[in-house]
Amino acid sequence: MTIEIIIQAIISGLLMGFIYALIAAGLSLIFGLMGIVNFAHGEHLMLSMFSSFWLWTLLGLDPIISIPITMLILAISGILTHYLLIRYILKAKMIVQICATFGLSVFLRSLAQFLWTPDFRNVGNPLLEGRLEIAGIFIGQPQFYASLVCLLSFLLLYLFVNKSETGLALQATAQDRKAAETLGINSNKMFALGWALGLSCVSIAGTMMSNFFFIFPDVGVHFALFAFVAVALGGFGSIIGCLIAGIIIGLVESLGGLLIDPSYKLLYVFLIYLIVVIYRPQGLFGR
Amino acid sequence: MLLQVNNIDVAYDEFQVIWNVSISIDQGEMVALLGPNGSGKSTILNSISNLIQPTNGEVLFDNKKIHLLPTYMRTKLGISHVLERRRVFPFLTVKQNLLLGAWNGEAKIQKEKTLDEVYIMFPILSDRSNQLAHTMSGGEQQMLAIARGLMGIPKLLMVDEPFLGLSPKMIEKIKEIFNDIVNKGIAILFVEQNVKLALKMADRGYVLESGHLVIEGKSDYLLNSEKLKKVFLG
Ligand SMILES: Nc1ncnc2c1ncn2[C@@H]1O[C@H](COP(=O)(O)OP(=O)(O)OP(=O)(O)O)[C@@H](O)[C@H]1O
Ligand SMILES: [Mg+2]
Repeated sequence: MTIEIIIQAIISGLLMGFIYALIAAGLSLIFGLMGIVNFAHGEHLMLSMFSSFWLWTLLGLDPIISIPITMLILAISGILTHYLLIRYILKAKMIVQICATFGLSVFLRSLAQFLWTPDFRNVGNPLLEGRLEIAGIFIGQPQFYASLVCLLSFLLLYLFVNKSETGLALQATAQDRKAAETLGINSNKMFALGWALGLSCVSIAGTMMSNFFFIFPDVGVHFALFAFVAVALGGFGSIIGCLIAGIIIGLVESLGGLLIDPSYKLLYVFLIYLIVVIYRPQGLFGR
Repeated sequence: MLLQVNNIDVAYDEFQVIWNVSISIDQGEMVALLGPNGSGKSTILNSISNLIQPTNGEVLFDNKKIHLLPTYMRTKLGISHVLERRRVFPFLTVKQNLLLGAWNGEAKIQKEKTLDEVYIMFPILSDRSNQLAHTMSGGEQQMLAIARGLMGIPKLLMVDEPFLGLSPKMIEKIKEIFNDIVNKGIAILFVEQNVKLALKMADRGYVLESGHLVIEGKSDYLLNSEKLKKVFLG
């Protein structure tokens, strides 16, 4: 095993890590804001991938061009999800909330199977193809740009939440909904915005991944699992935690696969998770 | 009248806690809402804010019915409500907390100016503007909560237990600030359990016992009332 191979693994782990981070950020944002775990997060990712697949197949739009369309579609479904479903269960028991978003995930997955069959699809001849070579290290172009776009989106999200007026109102609503209401902040609107932002994150990741992943109704399951781990590992509700946790997961997956055995990738990730959670149950950046 | 609460009943689920309560406040008045623990003082403020909807009766502000408006629409009208236990946003800075107080309408346009005024009123908040709210002392947080309420440029400021857990020095400070506020023409409705303290400050008072208004009137009258002693001493 040469040093190049190890560096290669580190880089591809890092690249996947940024993608995991953005997916997790969407999940974390929604949870931090209203205490709802979106168990349909993976299905929202799947829908984003199908959206870019169909925009490519039917309209000939390459994923990197159709990003805004898919983002809009997912943002609108986020808003609808809030107003048609989540709004009614905000005060319900946790088990009701779990059933609601879990039910949504099963529904969306079955709907995808029904509408589009369980076939594996892919975007053929995307604009981003081939490999970059930097100092003897090869990086797939689609992976590289997916990662770059996800990292940039992540930073934009971070700036929005921490620096903009609306972002601060989101945080205020997350920290004390009643107090925010008495100051004139419409919490329902903030929640809808949270869903729109959360699913926009997923849509960017999904679109960029449709360049190099097969697209099928169950594709989101694995990524959602990693997103849950990233949120718990990083600390519930912490956006920066998602970035660090995403990177850790990407690296562990990739290096574990290389150094031990690729078929146990999930095991390494969960092992790291268990170790961190035993020593720091609130996660790395949890309050 | 600035605020009129007419014959409201309030219930949590089936359990009624407020019976037929009426309250009114004029511009620039300081009014105390008194009563023992659990008598329903916070519930009344909360129903004025529509955090809980009255089952009967009506609430008028500037002669307009407002009891059906959602909570967040009240700051625009000129009502600020400082909730029980301060409820500052713990993980935002003092300045961010204050600016969030000016979220609506005119207050938002004026916020830089109001912020300067509030900083003059509460110099400590200016010194600590970049500190996270949860790292402030209880008294400082109480000042922050009141200042945040003022950022909305209210005509009526409602404060639930402003003195709870404060040192005598801090109580004096808040008393002065309340006087400054009413001198600006802003009305204050505040909840308090310490009758003497409250009635020495307020123009008028209302006394609640188990969800019923039992006595009301000018502070001097209440201070000498036998009935008031009975409510608080049992
Ligand atoms: N969210 C709630 N659900 C059910 N009952 C409530 C709720 N909030 C208050 N109550 C009940 O309503 C009554 C009045 O409560 P409230 O908090 O208004 O009293 P208070 O005068 O503010 O008391 P304190 O001085 O302790 O703050 C009490 O019997 C209380 O148990
Ligand atoms: Mg109370």
